[in-house]
Amino acid sequence: MRETCLKEVYRLAKTDERIQFIGSDLGVGTLKEFKEEMPGRFFMEGISEAHVVGMASGMALEGRIVYVNTISTFITRRCFEQVVVDACLHNLKVRLIGNGGGVVYAPLGPTHLAIEDLSIFRAIPNMTIVAPADADEMRRLMPQTVDWPGPIYIRLAKGYDPIVTDDGVPFRLGKALPMRAGRDVLLVTTGITLKLAKEAAQVLEGEGVSAAILHMPTVKPLDAAAVLEHAGPVRAIVTIEENTIVGGLGGAIAELVAEAGFEPSKRFKRIGLPDAFPDRYGSQADLMNHYRITAQEVVATCRGLLGR
Amino acid sequence: MTRPDPSPAPLDRRSRDLRARIVQVLRHGGRGHLGTSLSLVEILRVLYDSVLRYDPADPRWPGRDRFILSKGHGCITQYVLLQEKGFFPGDELTKFCKFDGILGGHPDPKVPGVEVSTGSLGHGLPIAVGMAICAKRDASSTRVFTVLGDGECNEGSVWEAAMSAAKHRLDNLVVMVDYNKQQSYASTREVLDLEPFADKWRAFGFATEEVDGHDVAALERLLAKVPFEAGRPSAIICHTVKGKGVAFAENNLKWHHKSSIKESEIEQLLAAIEG
Repeated sequence: MRETCLKEVYRLAKTDERIQFIGSDLGVGTLKEFKEEMPGRFFMEGISEAHVVGMASGMALEGRIVYVNTISTFITRRCFEQVVVDACLHNLKVRLIGNGGGVVYAPLGPTHLAIEDLSIFRAIPNMTIVAPADADEMRRLMPQTVDWPGPIYIRLAKGYDPIVTDDGVPFRLGKALPMRAGRDVLLVTTGITLKLAKEAAQVLEGEGVSAAILHMPTVKPLDAAAVLEHAGPVRAIVTIEENTIVGGLGGAIAELVAEAGFEPSKRFKRIGLPDAFPDRYGSQADLMNHYRITAQEVVATCRGLLGR
Repeated sequence: MTRPDPSPAPLDRRSRDLRARIVQVLRHGGRGHLGTSLSLVEILRVLYDSVLRYDPADPRWPGRDRFILSKGHGCITQYVLLQEKGFFPGDELTKFCKFDGILGGHPDPKVPGVEVSTGSLGHGLPIAVGMAICAKRDASSTRVFTVLGDGECNEGSVWEAAMSAAKHRLDNLVVMVDYNKQQSYASTREVLDLEPFADKWRAFGFATEEVDGHDVAALERLLAKVPFEAGRPSAIICHTVKGKGVAFAENNLKWHHKSSIKESEIEQLLAAIEG
């Protein structure tokens, strides 16, 4: 997915001179072709995220469209104020590409685990947050980021994630994507959790439970109309995210559904990371299993909410 | 090198008038950063009178020089000069920090002539670097000027951006530091010593000069020479006095920021400016 994302930046830059790329201190050879073919628009600025976001904002003020890339935790936590004040307050075309959203960097420990990036960025006015499910969805997304009016955070997954989206559902930045129709329960996903929802929906179907899936690669701005439309017919809603349950996708949906005042009210459950720093290593899959962000947990949660 | 400490020579009529107008803005707002606004007067006066290229009728004229007051808390001085040059009507100054005004306690781009929102320190130089890189790439004659506070140079982002400015050989970038040697709590020496300050800028790749930041002629002479060296960004350490021009406020940290300013204090300030 990262490879697809950066290749798209390169491809788009070739036909749009406004596009710039800034990395901090990325892996050797990153975007080699970009550097060779468009050296005046390729920057590797060092481990200086506060400066990098400020510099990107200065360039965006001069009409550039600036893609910035480094590890998710560093592009969200280290330079949070620059993101808020420089990029978002001025509503600039700065695109922050975060490597390793969620618990991708499990073996590297909590300094590298982006457990709250969706939550903290969701609280910033003017910010757009997008977490694609796979490389194909990333490919559909990227051309839409060029002229999007304002800053964007693009959360990357591990890479080589199974392809779970298809061209039959056109991607629209800012919109929720209905992936499956269903009558009993609504599964709301972002990023790679779409795969878990699809697996869970299959199992539930075998049990006679009809699960709808609303995939929300765009977490902000929240496509509230789509959520309310799909929430209407079902008895229960389950949100699934690789992010803390505090203030992320689940929080956003909970706020919306609570204020919508459905009669009868909906059963509701957030599945995600607990409000704690992960203290285990292993792999992304190990941590997802440890925190029960799994298809089995989705199935069990739906059974519980529906009283089965 | 001998440090050009601020001269005790009396200020000229224009410098006194600008200070009186700053105090009037303070009167209307009932609050504001006075000491830091007064140390800036000659730096900004020279920039707006004889250095920066701008068009008040077209504040976004692409060929303008970019100016960022990175020490945004000194904004009253900038507001007074922008109004004088015709960027916005004079009655805005009477609405400083008011609900229906455009002039807040820190600059914002909704004010004609203000490029970016500053106020949180350590942001101006990275943005200026981004602008200066674009001007270079466009082969534009646009120059980028930014004024930093001395306390602001505590921020690491200033030095990250300084390294980047040197790396990109931004000789279209001029950093001026209002070195009044006082920050909010105490002297810069006591809080976090910046010395050897000019040497730090030199070590970070800037062609660096020092000047009495209240000496209008010296500032003009120096700014006429930028860039000091081809292929290097320029830094000017401006030795100033916090609260300059108001004897009882000079180096008096009670006047760093004041709220609920009384009318009697305004009268004292205006009288002190006339000496």
